[in-house]
Amino acid sequence: MKIPVIKEIFNANDQVAAENRAIFKQDELFVINLMASPGAGKTSLILSTVSKLPETVRPGVIEGDIASSIDADKIASQNIPVVQINTGGTCHLDAPMIRSALPHLPLNNLDLLFIENVGNLVCPAGFDLGANLAVVVASVSEGHDKPYKYPGIFATADAVILNKSDLIEVFEFDMDFFRRGVEMVNATVPIFPLSCRTGLGLEAWVKWLLEKMRNRDS
Amino acid sequence: MHELAVTQGILDVVIDVAKQNGHRRVTLIELVVGELSSIVDDSIQFYFDILSRESLAEGAKLEFRRQPATANCWDCGSQFSVAAPLVSLCPTCGGARLRVSGGQEFYVDSIEIEEIPIEGETENENSSY
Repeated sequence: MKIPVIKEIFNANDQVAAENRAIFKQDELFVINLMASPGAGKTSLILSTVSKLPETVRPGVIEGDIASSIDADKIASQNIPVVQINTGGTCHLDAPMIRSALPHLPLNNLDLLFIENVGNLVCPAGFDLGANLAVVVASVSEGHDKPYKYPGIFATADAVILNKSDLIEVFEFDMDFFRRGVEMVNATVPIFPLSCRTGLGLEAWVKWLLEKMRNRDS
Repeated sequence: MHELAVTQGILDVVIDVAKQNGHRRVTLIELVVGELSSIVDDSIQFYFDILSRESLAEGAKLEFRRQPATANCWDCGSQFSVAAPLVSLCPTCGGARLRVSGGQEFYVDSIEIEEIPIEGETENENSSY
């Protein structure tokens, strides 16, 4: 006997993500899910972004890593509230992991929460965490073909950061090719070429982010 | 490791439906998987065989229906199926303005269950699997 089901496999995760979204809304917390391959510069982007924020925007961070607290220690050394999730081998964060991390953060004293996902361009794309924005961090040193190889994650992005843009010439990075690959799966997504090392392009990104925070409910 | 979490998701969906339908044994699970969803069929079946042990879905066969992603060329208007890695130029006219849609699907389409309920289980909707 055949029974039609037609049910999303990520249903259970999506339900918790919706609950997370409600918590974030109630606490007036704006949340970014940062996804990238290892070494693209997620932690650097968090620190660089925070350095450009007005004092009225109080940041916090959830660090997802397979193991270790190297990144969390880096964040904590800048006096930013941070909680570490060690996934113990799992290649992505899911909504229940975020939920369990929330009690460890002073949510009432935060305005902007960065979730640094596990370094991976495949798995995190499927798991909604309840964030306001999905941001993919690509980097020049990874090469310009990433959108063609990992279209799924670029298709889910609300913004694409291209870090290490000060090295475009060194790596003979074809910006036009990269941009076309992103636009192929996500026609209107903004792309921010920047460099966390030199500060190049950071202001345009932060300006866009603050604008998004202001217009979150509209 | 991605596929492990995904497979648990499949099993949860399937067991729910099997319970709602009188605790019958599941024999077949039809999945729809988009070409851009980064799901590896063999890996899912491997984890499924382990995770489904002693459940209503033990021994069930998984069937994957691959759903293609579609590219549209804005220069010549041609349309063609694509999978990762994506092509960067239109194979018909060489144009660089391509738009890809679809291919992200991932859901349980249907299951097949045995006609006869498992004895002694029909009245107990809350039993563990």
